[in-house]
Amino acid sequence: MSPEIIQAIVLTTATAATPLLIAALGELVVERSGVLNLGVEGMMIIGAVTGFGAAQLFGSPWMGVFAAIVCGALFSLLFAFLTLSLATNQVATGLSLTLLGLGVAGMAGEQFVGLPGIKLQPIAVPGLSELPVIGPLLFAQDPIFYMSILLAIGVWWFIFRTRAGLTLRAVGDNHGSAHALGINVLRMRYLAVMFGGACAGLAGAHLSLVYTPQWVENMTAGRGWIALALVVFASWLPWRVVVGAYLFGAVTIAQFHAQAQGVAIPSQFLSALPYLATIVVLVLISSNRRMTMRNTPASLGKPFVPER
Amino acid sequence: MKHIAKLTLAAFGALAATGAAQAADAKACWIYVGPIGDYGWSYQHHQGLLAVEEAYGDRVETAYLESVSEGADAERAIERFARSGCDIVFTTSFGFMDATNKIAARFPDVKFEHATGYKRETPNVATFNSKFYQGRYILGQIAASVSEEGVAGYIGSFPIPEVVRGINSFMLGAQSVDPDFEVKIVWVNTWFDPGRESDAAKALVDQGVDILVQHTDSTAPMQVGEERGIMAFGQASDMFAFGPNTQLTSIVDDWASYYIERVGAVLDGTWEQVDVWGGLADGHVVMAPYWNMPYEVAAMANETEKRIMVGDFEPFTGPINRQDGTEWLAEGETATEGELLGMNFYIEGIDDQLPE
Repeated sequence: MSPEIIQAIVLTTATAATPLLIAALGELVVERSGVLNLGVEGMMIIGAVTGFGAAQLFGSPWMGVFAAIVCGALFSLLFAFLTLSLATNQVATGLSLTLLGLGVAGMAGEQFVGLPGIKLQPIAVPGLSELPVIGPLLFAQDPIFYMSILLAIGVWWFIFRTRAGLTLRAVGDNHGSAHALGINVLRMRYLAVMFGGACAGLAGAHLSLVYTPQWVENMTAGRGWIALALVVFASWLPWRVVVGAYLFGAVTIAQFHAQAQGVAIPSQFLSALPYLATIVVLVLISSNRRMTMRNTPASLGKPFVPER
Repeated sequence: MKHIAKLTLAAFGALAATGAAQAADAKACWIYVGPIGDYGWSYQHHQGLLAVEEAYGDRVETAYLESVSEGADAERAIERFARSGCDIVFTTSFGFMDATNKIAARFPDVKFEHATGYKRETPNVATFNSKFYQGRYILGQIAASVSEEGVAGYIGSFPIPEVVRGINSFMLGAQSVDPDFEVKIVWVNTWFDPGRESDAAKALVDQGVDILVQHTDSTAPMQVGEERGIMAFGQASDMFAFGPNTQLTSIVDDWASYYIERVGAVLDGTWEQVDVWGGLADGHVVMAPYWNMPYEVAAMANETEKRIMVGDFEPFTGPINRQDGTEWLAEGETATEGELLGMNFYIEGIDDQLPE
């Protein structure tokens, strides 16, 4: 393969990986607080439709980004209220959040079908974007790409380098003890869930404003589920989420190039490759039990009902 | 609280009553594989439903289920319709074939119409399809005329006869203009995933193609074409709005006339089992306006379209060789419908391996 092709692959990989990365980082924070929100797909599609709608309404893609973040967070609030305040089953509530999101988005988006979207244009950093090879890759991307990188660094810093992050981990590992120490478990979890919702909303906005600037029903096409898998794949470590998202994106893009070059591998196998890679890595990681357990939030998925 | 419950019950009762009062002469029901908001395959079928409503008004009651997956779900959905008083059920995806026939055998009084399939096991099952491949021949002619690189990128959904036939027809059209025209084929193994379709389109453009052809349902490849300054053809609906500088034309599915005719037959009591394979001549396939191309090319496309319409020309007319160079159709020979429906090989000039 020529250097141009390789650069093209890397460039398109970043676009494919960004929504997965953002949604997975959000979910990572949620799960670190001990809450399992399976509604990522639903929150993502809400972000996609509100992002597209607000961009159309105000004529500015930035309004779309803003609306998607806010609506994603508001939508996740529903999940937070049910699972945290009413202590409903997190798995069932998360699944219904996905179904509800897909339905609501389809209904709200009916009027947007067939309208060309407004694309959030890439921003080239003056000077730096002219660097060979890494210039176009790192410094001439769309704004949400920059946000995803900052978000990855920010989430890592927050979880491992701040007192609030330590509290978050404490809540996720043992909510009983955290409560006994006087930490407001439910408030922490409310905030974490809303952060996850905001991230999923932003990821959705990337789909409808950058990746494919349009609105069509079901346009997330399962990316919320992949984001969920990435969190486990990364064993709840932010830097591994980055690796996982880019690996997944790269395999997806590379297999299309392989097909276009006429590589004689069955296309069904190539299409399944990103998923197979995920399974292989999951098996490898989980075979080392100590490694997995060390980072798994011990209270994950367990409801917390404070005694009065 | 009790009051609210009573009120709700009363409201439901009223709703049921009005439903009964407006009893129509017939109930027509549709099952879609995708969302009606896909702006592609299912969207076009739904336009057909709307046309039926428009044509018959209160005489026909309609219902539809969208995003029904091909498999056990389909069987349940079809059965639900059959039980709920539908007089005719249209199942609009290839994968609904077995489910449709199975349920049809148990409900002999309900008419079933299955799109793109070939099984009619009981007299109450009809099949219908469109000769999209006729349009694809025209796309090939246009592609070979306007391409500078002489290479088209083709985004395929699944390697089934329907899609393979389209690729072959496209290449026959292209070869009629430029015998050395090449095609790069990428399978995305989905009918509808804007992200994947967009990724595939970008990969093809990065590989040096300057025309994009899609046999998937979203408008994403058209947008990639517009963004990268590459020409492209739409699919299922007119995608001009997504590629005003890019769309050359689009193969538009138009099911309205067929649906109106068949629902009309149910109303008159004249419905009979049929196997309809309509094309340009029947108005089931319509070409979007020829755009973004020189006048001579548009004129040629128009000419071919007219010839196919009046039955003067058929894309699969020999001499045509198979990919390995052996003869498939001799000079002047045309392919039978059976051969077309089961097509599982490439014609000569396609440098790619068909996935098994």
